Amino acid sequence: MSTPEKEPLLSAKNLKLLTSPVGKNNPITVQVLGICSALAVTVKLKPALVMALSVTIVVAVSNVVISALRSRIPDRIRIIVQLVVIATLVIIVDQVLKAYAFDVSKQLSVFVGLIITNCILMGRLEAFAMSNSPWKSFLDGLGNGAGYGLILIIVGFFRELLGSGTVMGYPVIQKLGLYSAGYENNGMMILPPMALILVGLIIWVQRSRDKSLIENK
Amino acid sequence: MENLLNIFIKSIFIDNMIFAYFLGMCSYLAVSKTVRTSVGLGIAVTFVLLITVPVNYLIDTYLLKKGALSWLGASFADLDLSFLSFMIFIAVIAAMVQIVEMVIEKFSPALYNSLGIFLPLIAVNCAILGASLFMQEREYHGIAEVTSFALGSGIGWFLAIVGLAAIREKLRYSNVPAPLRGLGITFILVGLMAIAFMGLMGIKL
Repeated sequence: MSTPEKEPLLSAKNLKLLTSPVGKNNPITVQVLGICSALAVTVKLKPALVMALSVTIVVAVSNVVISALRSRIPDRIRIIVQLVVIATLVIIVDQVLKAYAFDVSKQLSVFVGLIITNCILMGRLEAFAMSNSPWKSFLDGLGNGAGYGLILIIVGFFRELLGSGTVMGYPVIQKLGLYSAGYENNGMMILPPMALILVGLIIWVQRSRDKSLIENK
Repeated sequence: MENLLNIFIKSIFIDNMIFAYFLGMCSYLAVSKTVRTSVGLGIAVTFVLLITVPVNYLIDTYLLKKGALSWLGASFADLDLSFLSFMIFIAVIAAMVQIVEMVIEKFSPALYNSLGIFLPLIAVNCAILGASLFMQEREYHGIAEVTSFALGSGIGWFLAIVGLAAIREKLRYSNVPAPLRGLGITFILVGLMAIAFMGLMGIKL
């Protein structure tokens, strides 16, 4: 920002950076970024939460780093610089997960590594961090991570509840006594295709509520 | 030989990159509007997979894995550099994409023009890095198995994107509810295609 007077840290404009990616400018349902790794980790709520947290951390920190370096990075090699920064952060996240949450890290398998090629990262770095100050980039990273996490949590919650009858491993359906009433888990929910269809439905709901997002053919 | 064919078929239909693992989804959804462009992208992805996965396999086996450096001498025998694999793999992919781009531009301008902007984009396609990471995780034996896995994954991706593009071209003539138009219906479509592909899951090879 070139304006000389100091902006308050959480001015209305900055706050908007944080909140708009959660709703109106959601990375998954509106910007179509980062779908690759989003869907495969949502069979259960717990790995979805861990994934959302990891992506938020990586996107926020890499946004800050790239934004701080933005005037020093030569334009021609910026993609490689961005990839190196992201890869370094992902290695750190991966090692931390392996050390403190080994079972979750096993469940996530290759998808931790795939955070590197998660389009949210490259997309936000290119579109935002390369032209904004570190603090704004940090907020933008947090917001986008939260928007990504929100979709993951919704999808993960429904897939786990309807597919395995549990929430975070707690057997909700069994405790409610629905099994004895003839209820059965929907095995379809555990399979990969349902993640896609659920995201499709989320998009449907979101766009019915907010007509401005509807695409023209 | 039978084993190679087995891996090949399995990676096309059963472990399909798109329908089973959602890898390369971003470009898959963005570039599948017409059959023409999706054929170009599909070929480019297959090509890059076919080169990068075997190269990464060699690097992993002879440099990174635990004990891989033993050919340097006994003192290197218990080094484990596998935590570096993300960084090395992505660097190899980015470099390979660059080299492939230059080679194609020099020797086959026609192919270069038809692939167009897709080649550089492939460096950040999750399917490419994903295939290298799966290669590492599944512990294939020998370069032949790895190559057939890479080719199979590429062809699987190619089939998936061409199929989706064909459906989307037809979809333009149908009356989709307004909020579902564009992205929403595409997600549901891919989901339905994935269900169809799951019919192949029971095949024992």
